Amino acid sequence: MANAAAAANTKWWSGGKSPFNLEYGKLMMWYFLMSDTFTFGALLITYGTVRMSSDSWPDPNHVFQSFPLLGSGLPLLFVSLMTFILIVSSVTMVLAVHEGHHGNKKGVIKWMIWTILGGLAFLSCQAWEWTHLHHEGAWWGSNPFPNADGTVSKSNFSDLFFTITGFHGFHVFSGVVINIIVTIMAWKGVFERRGHYLMIEKIGLYWHFVDLVWVFVFLFFYLV
Amino acid sequence: MEHQTFGGEVTFPHEAPGDDSIKRIRKTTIILSVLTLIELGLGLAIYMMHKNPDYSHSLVHLIKGVVIILSLGKAFFIVSIFMHLGDEIRNMIMTIVVPLCLFIWFIIAFLWDGVSWKDLRNEYAPKDPVKHEQVEQPAHEGGLK
Repeated sequence: MANAAAAANTKWWSGGKSPFNLEYGKLMMWYFLMSDTFTFGALLITYGTVRMSSDSWPDPNHVFQSFPLLGSGLPLLFVSLMTFILIVSSVTMVLAVHEGHHGNKKGVIKWMIWTILGGLAFLSCQAWEWTHLHHEGAWWGSNPFPNADGTVSKSNFSDLFFTITGFHGFHVFSGVVINIIVTIMAWKGVFERRGHYLMIEKIGLYWHFVDLVWVFVFLFFYLV
Repeated sequence: MEHQTFGGEVTFPHEAPGDDSIKRIRKTTIILSVLTLIELGLGLAIYMMHKNPDYSHSLVHLIKGVVIILSLGKAFFIVSIFMHLGDEIRNMIMTIVVPLCLFIWFIIAFLWDGVSWKDLRNEYAPKDPVKHEQVEQPAHEGGLK
């Protein structure tokens, strides 16, 4: 609680320092993420509205039941793998930020590389799943999976699935690219010269946000 | 311990040197993994229940509600520990959290709209077969009789 004590004794709004005790770029990353929350929120709420307006909906355990090399009839298994990959890459990112706090260049690079590998593993899983579903006849505008009550379904399920997981996958992809860039910068000693690793903290926020969105994509598409 | 500067903007670092943050990261990782495993277990329970044709709908809804609450718990841990929002100054936290209250309206309004849309369609579609069968039938066989 040293922070709370310091906060109580500081005149935050008297000028000369950040009233939020945050560097400008980091604060703006927070506000960007808040706006992105509303973008994803709008997409997921669209999914909720369309699903609520339908008399029946495809059963996710029927749609997502395959695992590479193991065949089908295995609901939840593949998506569990994807979820754990993303959680683990979030943990390695936290560790990179932690090393950055201590100015440990080697530690930052090591954990950033693990984070990048986690991101690439997740993207590979998603590529496999999209390919698999596409082979089964699912794509924007076509949905081969019947509703849970046996009636013929509309294409809403596929449309929303590919749009939302696609938008999330695009975020993961951008995250991996930015992670690679900042890792190279760390390796070149840019942050060492700057005297701090705040850039790692900023990309870290973005990366955790991507993990956070997946928590809800996983929840609404695969679990409920 | 190297001294780090933050361009003069930041008054105190977010992480004091030599604190127990590694322990906190490990603990949060375990919590997130356990919550995910519970969610998967509940998801599997729903799958098993669906196999029985006359399963209890209210129990399935209850389980789904629990899974949603668990996910919100995961979101809380990711944001407050991994993203360090819990360590920020209260005013800053409020500038993030207060706008998110819009979601309360957002979710209620749009899910309500979806339900109403379904109810209206189910109520009027059977009463107005001509309008709804025109798509399938050739034009000269449709129309009012």
